[in-house]
Amino acid sequence: MAELNVVALVSIGAHPASGRPRRAEQDARAVELGLGLKHVKLDVVHAGDPQEDALRAYLGMGLSALTVLEQTHETDALPALAEHLQMANAHLVLTGGQAETGEGSGMLPYLLAERLGWPLIAGLAEIEHIENGSAQVLQALPRGQRRRLKVRLPFVASVDQAAPAPRQSAFGPARRGMLTREEVELVDDPLYATAQWQPARPRPKRLKVIKAKTGAERMKAATAKASGGGGQVLAGVSPRDGAEAIFKLLHDEGVIR
Amino acid sequence: MTDLIRRDPRAEWIARNRLHPLHAAMQPQQTQWMGPNGLIRKNPHALASGFIGPAGIKRIDRSGAQQGTGKRQSTSVEVQSPLHVVEQPAFIIAVVPDMVGGRLGSHDKDVLGLARGLAGQDGAVMAVIFGEHKEQSFDTAGVDRLLQIDGDEYVGYSPEQRVLALRALESEYSPRHWLLPDSRTGGGELGRRLASSLGERPATRVWQIKDGQTLGRAGAGREDIGQATPRLILAAPECAEPVSETRHEVRQVTLSVHIPRNLPRIEDLGSVAVDPAQIPMAEAEFMLSGGNGIKDWDLFHRAAIALGATEGASRVAVDDGHMPRARQVGATGTWVTARVYLAVGISGAVQHLQGIGACEKVVAVNRDPNCDMVKRADLAVIGDAVEILQALIERVEAYRNGAKRDAA
Ligand SMILES: Cc1cc2nc3c(=O)[nH]c(=O)nc-3n(C[C@H](O)[C@H](O)[C@H](O)COP(=O)(O)OP(=O)(O)OC[C@H]3O[C@@H](n4cnc5c(N)ncnc54)[C@H](O)[C@@H]3O)c2cc1C
Repeated sequence: MAELNVVALVSIGAHPASGRPRRAEQDARAVELGLGLKHVKLDVVHAGDPQEDALRAYLGMGLSALTVLEQTHETDALPALAEHLQMANAHLVLTGGQAETGEGSGMLPYLLAERLGWPLIAGLAEIEHIENGSAQVLQALPRGQRRRLKVRLPFVASVDQAAPAPRQSAFGPARRGMLTREEVELVDDPLYATAQWQPARPRPKRLKVIKAKTGAERMKAATAKASGGGGQVLAGVSPRDGAEAIFKLLHDEGVIR
Repeated sequence: MTDLIRRDPRAEWIARNRLHPLHAAMQPQQTQWMGPNGLIRKNPHALASGFIGPAGIKRIDRSGAQQGTGKRQSTSVEVQSPLHVVEQPAFIIAVVPDMVGGRLGSHDKDVLGLARGLAGQDGAVMAVIFGEHKEQSFDTAGVDRLLQIDGDEYVGYSPEQRVLALRALESEYSPRHWLLPDSRTGGGELGRRLASSLGERPATRVWQIKDGQTLGRAGAGREDIGQATPRLILAAPECAEPVSETRHEVRQVTLSVHIPRNLPRIEDLGSVAVDPAQIPMAEAEFMLSGGNGIKDWDLFHRAAIALGATEGASRVAVDDGHMPRARQVGATGTWVTARVYLAVGISGAVQHLQGIGACEKVVAVNRDPNCDMVKRADLAVIGDAVEILQALIERVEAYRNGAKRDAA
């Protein structure tokens, strides 16, 4: 089988407690997924500052080189990345779901797919196989569920938290790996000019508001125990009928598959 | 509230007190008056309406002294909040709720509350749903217009087709704002697809909109971005209070433009069977939980496998060594979020009920009809756990075999 070109897009992360730069958790998962594929040529790309030390953490996962499209912090990464992907003749683009620094809107894979005209898989958990120009993949759903999808190459996929955990970054390979720079055209991101950035404010906890107009209602609301909220009670029925009623509810709720 | 009929001394007092603001309302119906030609007119119905005495017997007092006779009965009348009607909306706020399980979730209701705030007096909130639904309270959730888009092409995972439908809505109604829940259950993905397709830059993880300014989380949640409210908003849970004080029309609307149909580039091969035991308890969608009332734990495990449910347990079951500690549900165990929680032989101590506060549907199987779990439950079956679990296993297996035969 011909070799596939896989591109993983990575960004700089931030440690959740200290805010220190690190490899981004989800992007590292994307790299891990790329490393796990057979017969592929993996190209890892970052758009940003090549001097950033945290980039070497990706090299430490066993990459020999990493491409950096040289940009400043306030520029839009999208045009440069799209152009690079078209030049690289990529078959599969892996990204994280959401960046840990900057806006972190999670829009990048969607915009890339739109611009390139490729399909997009959101929340990729696993690539089962790639055959005859199409891939069979598992998409992660909430509550630990999975959905199997089939999609034609080339496509963009954003990687979910459920994808395999990234391997540790080793120091030696991280030092030895090469950072290849590429000059790109700079396009300013308008958001940095118009929006205000501020440290995250803790969100107020939602209070349980009791809307009672009379004292009696307030008293009732304050003292009520587990209320019999219109629940149906089946007493004195045979086990078979009881089971039938339970089954009907479970079936209506769609939890019996 | 009892249905005992009582005198209302306060109403009688108001009826006597001419200075009281409610005085007029408390007067007995006028029974005699002078007609236009000087004839005395009587209203015999008002005279004979009388009042209900303390023992529940109707009394008629023709002396004219009858006062404060407003029907005094138990006041458990259901309060209907006022209906908010938008006849000719100046603009539309479009909301695409997730409708997990065919119903509005709490996140959806928060987003509808936010939409209500943006719509104000002149705008209308339009909810867009795909396929069938089971929701009955669109009116109290603040939906002025409901657009239901049906068709085979929307069944299952069909984000690309849904974006096409939303684009059709965009061209027909051009809503002032698009609001979607920024959730993993669909809204986050659909909203971003819509944004990239419309070329709108959305505000994501929005948790406050005030005075035209939108605040949303950025990056890994260490920063907030404030910006002028964009057209497309992906809102976080608890972004606003759900609508609570008004009712809305839920007027059905349709799309007149034709929705183009495209060949899906992503083929949905269906959901994959996941071992329910592997799903973290806090995330499981369907749980079977056992307590002190379970005598046959083998049967319990078999039932969990037959139903495809994730197992949970009460503290007593864990303390007695029938279940591992990690399976304990409740205040000192795991707080679960299951959509359907089947509690067998659990009495429903507060510590346990706390842990299932977020569950939508609770089903109880218990021998004691007065226990708290039965009061919490949406469906309770009173009977012996062993027999009911056995019958349930049989029923599910019969269903599965039937389904297999149908497929073959
Ligand atoms: C500090 C503290 C923290 C706690 N934290 C937790 C916690 O996190 N989680 C938790 O679960 N508990 C917790 N508890 C314990 C809690 O108070 C209750 O003791 C416990 O939940 C009761 O468990 P149960 O309902 O299984 O048992 P029981 O209260 O004994 O109830 C058994 C039920 O089974 C029914 N039954 C019996 N036989 C049958 C039968 N054959 N068929 C059908 N029904 C039958 C009975 O009618 C009864 O309702 C905590 C207690 C304390 C003091």
